[in-house]
Amino acid sequence: MSRLAVPKTYKLYIGGAFPRSESGRTYEVLRADGAFLANVAKASRKDARDAVVAARGAVSGWSGATSYNRGQVLYRIAELLEGRRAQFVAEIEEAEGASRAVASAQVDEAIDRWVWYAGWADKFAQVTGNANPVAGPYFNISVPEPTGVVAIIAPQDSSLVGFVSALAPALVAGNSAVIVASERYPLSAISLAEVLATSDVPGGVVNVLTGSPAEIAPWLASHSDVNALDLVGAGDLDWVSLEIDAADTLKRVLRPEGGADAAAPTLGRITAFTETKTVWHTKSLK
Amino acid sequence: MSFLEYAPAPESRAILSLRDQYGLFIDGEFVEGRGTPFQTISPASEERIAMIANANAADVDDAVAAARRAYDRTWSKMSGRDRGKYLFRIARLVQERARELAVAESLDNGKPIKESRDVDVPLVAAWFFYYAGWADKLDHAGLGAGPRAHGVAAQVIPWNFPLLMLSWKIAPALAAGNTVVLKPAETTSLTALIFAEILQQADLPPGVVNIITGAGDTGANLVAHDDVDKVAFTGSTAVGRAIAKQIAGTDKKATLELGGKAANIVFDDAPIDQAIEGIVNGIFFNQGHVCCAGSRLLVQENIHDEVVERLKLRLSTLRLGDPLDKNTDIGAINSREQLERIRELSDIGVAEGADRWSVPCEIPENGFWYAPTIFTNVQTSSRIAREEIFGPVLSVLTFRTPAEAIAKANNTPYGLSAGIWTDKGSRILAVADKLRAGVIWANTFNRFDPSSPFGGYKESGYGREGGRHGLAAYLTPAPVGQAAVTAGRTGAKSVSAGRAAAKPATAGRRAAKPRIETKDAAKTTRSATPAKKGAAK
Repeated sequence: MSRLAVPKTYKLYIGGAFPRSESGRTYEVLRADGAFLANVAKASRKDARDAVVAARGAVSGWSGATSYNRGQVLYRIAELLEGRRAQFVAEIEEAEGASRAVASAQVDEAIDRWVWYAGWADKFAQVTGNANPVAGPYFNISVPEPTGVVAIIAPQDSSLVGFVSALAPALVAGNSAVIVASERYPLSAISLAEVLATSDVPGGVVNVLTGSPAEIAPWLASHSDVNALDLVGAGDLDWVSLEIDAADTLKRVLRPEGGADAAAPTLGRITAFTETKTVWHTKSLK
Repeated sequence: MSFLEYAPAPESRAILSLRDQYGLFIDGEFVEGRGTPFQTISPASEERIAMIANANAADVDDAVAAARRAYDRTWSKMSGRDRGKYLFRIARLVQERARELAVAESLDNGKPIKESRDVDVPLVAAWFFYYAGWADKLDHAGLGAGPRAHGVAAQVIPWNFPLLMLSWKIAPALAAGNTVVLKPAETTSLTALIFAEILQQADLPPGVVNIITGAGDTGANLVAHDDVDKVAFTGSTAVGRAIAKQIAGTDKKATLELGGKAANIVFDDAPIDQAIEGIVNGIFFNQGHVCCAGSRLLVQENIHDEVVERLKLRLSTLRLGDPLDKNTDIGAINSREQLERIRELSDIGVAEGADRWSVPCEIPENGFWYAPTIFTNVQTSSRIAREEIFGPVLSVLTFRTPAEAIAKANNTPYGLSAGIWTDKGSRILAVADKLRAGVIWANTFNRFDPSSPFGGYKESGYGREGGRHGLAAYLTPAPVGQAAVTAGRTGAKSVSAGRAAAKPATAGRRAAKPRIETKDAAKTTRSATPAKKGAAK
């Protein structure tokens, strides 16, 4: 006789805690064959706003950490993911109906992308910053700084690799994130949140919302305390309206991408959520 | 006779050979505009200078078409070396005609000749000289090998630094290989049109730069034009916001350099003489018509009274009057409309309980003038502490600790610039780290250089002008397969087919600022709220 399994309750991840939606709503997530897989929290407007508050609160600590420290914290996520590889593979197999090989490849790629981005933490400023030879007795330097709170609509056709590919680059520079998971494949996102909760990522740096991107995205796009909007997974939404909403507070916007290579790893994904700060200082012997 | 009374020393206007009316500069020629022409006046005297053509929608079409032709047939095929040589030529011609340009600028804009002569025009030449050298070195711009121009750039500039803003826009655009349609502000078209003559002297191929004059509707038509690939705008946050909405969902790239309400933080150990000069330069330079002006003075509480007292003394020695006079410190407000706005916000400051002090100086009878003004006892919630006044009005607030200074400095939706005054180097660097602003001046203020990136955080806009960053704003990485940034074992494949084959240069992934579309069906050109006003500031 086989053992009766203990299923997991999938909740939101906000401010380092795992609350249910304040609305009390859930929605059914199905296996690839249509069978019931899990009930998942259906985040509301208020959950989104709570997540932004948590993200804002985390910005100063995370962006104030040294690049070396952030790099290690991000690398640590890859270590923990590696340790829970089997869980993620099984989850993807169930949710996406993928073969073990395909699910494994997705997890491997997700882990490797964490490693790739972790390594950028103490380098991107060297590559994109500048010492500027101004015509005068001034020290002048330009450095990239994090934009602040980034709201992300994760790629919708992928459980883990899309989510990671959108989230990791936003964190490298020291931004905090509110990320809306794939509506259809949200389980890996919540399991990843469990990894984050037990890693060294401070609470509030990453906030994961599950539910309807169509419902949640407009609140994030128009939220005055969100500085940037990554619409990578918003291709099926009315993303032009989201971009127009975002313009009210001049948010930085990345547009939708599709296909298997959505949110492919690039330095540009890191710098898209940075601001160049230029500091002048007088030089004098006096 | 007080020490302030000097014999007049006006710069001669004989150096100018102005036309009575100016047309639009399209395809290398001056042509008549089809809108209703308007006159440009000297804000210092309200005298008429010249009639300026007004570009209607058809004129905008012509200008964009000329830029597109020049891009396709000439400029995109020219070597970077030759593009650079044209820019060097322009830099030299600006230097040769520097005094003429300075006089014209002061006449048309109202800024003191010592600023147009010693700051604006030299920086214009420097800007072209700097970017000229970039034209054949684009592989080193930070976007990988073989970056491409966007195509046609629509550029809309403000009235506060007319020719300087023109150079900030045109120089990097041409160096990167774009062609340009530029619209100067309605009240300050003159130097842009003289610059068009310089382009003719430089023998720049027709259509590479087109200059169309007009008001806000001309700018809105230009920005909305379907065949524009890049929009660069400097002006008010309100118009910037409208532009961001207008181009949402299109393939257009944007650089927006918008408003500011900069904090100028003075600690009690600051070198006080320099700080006083820096505060004055920060807010009264160019009559305070500066987006990065240090309009909020945050002074440590224990030195507040001393600083205010010394400021008043120093301001009392500023000479307000004829912009063409070499001794003038404070020129004219650029327009009646702007003067009204300054007066309105200033009156609101009084109504909200702040104490107003203005320099007791003689105001000329004609023209638009506003005496340098300081508000003390200002609340952080007051509109004069929150809104951009864009005039010679300083709001003074106090703080006790560095943390409070930082909190107050960042308490604004803007984030363009900030100043820090203290003798303590470690404090400068720590405070600079915490300020959410794109340009920080430490123990100086309002310094500009073509090699130094300039631009804002938050609602002060996005993108940078100046330096390598400013060049990159006019470039897109090479199409995938040539020089892709790849990661891990999978590599990063193309996610965008880019534009139609007719515009091959815009194809490919844009990694530096990846605004990537794949849903071609969704790539509809939108015409949302049109920008109602042109460059307001």
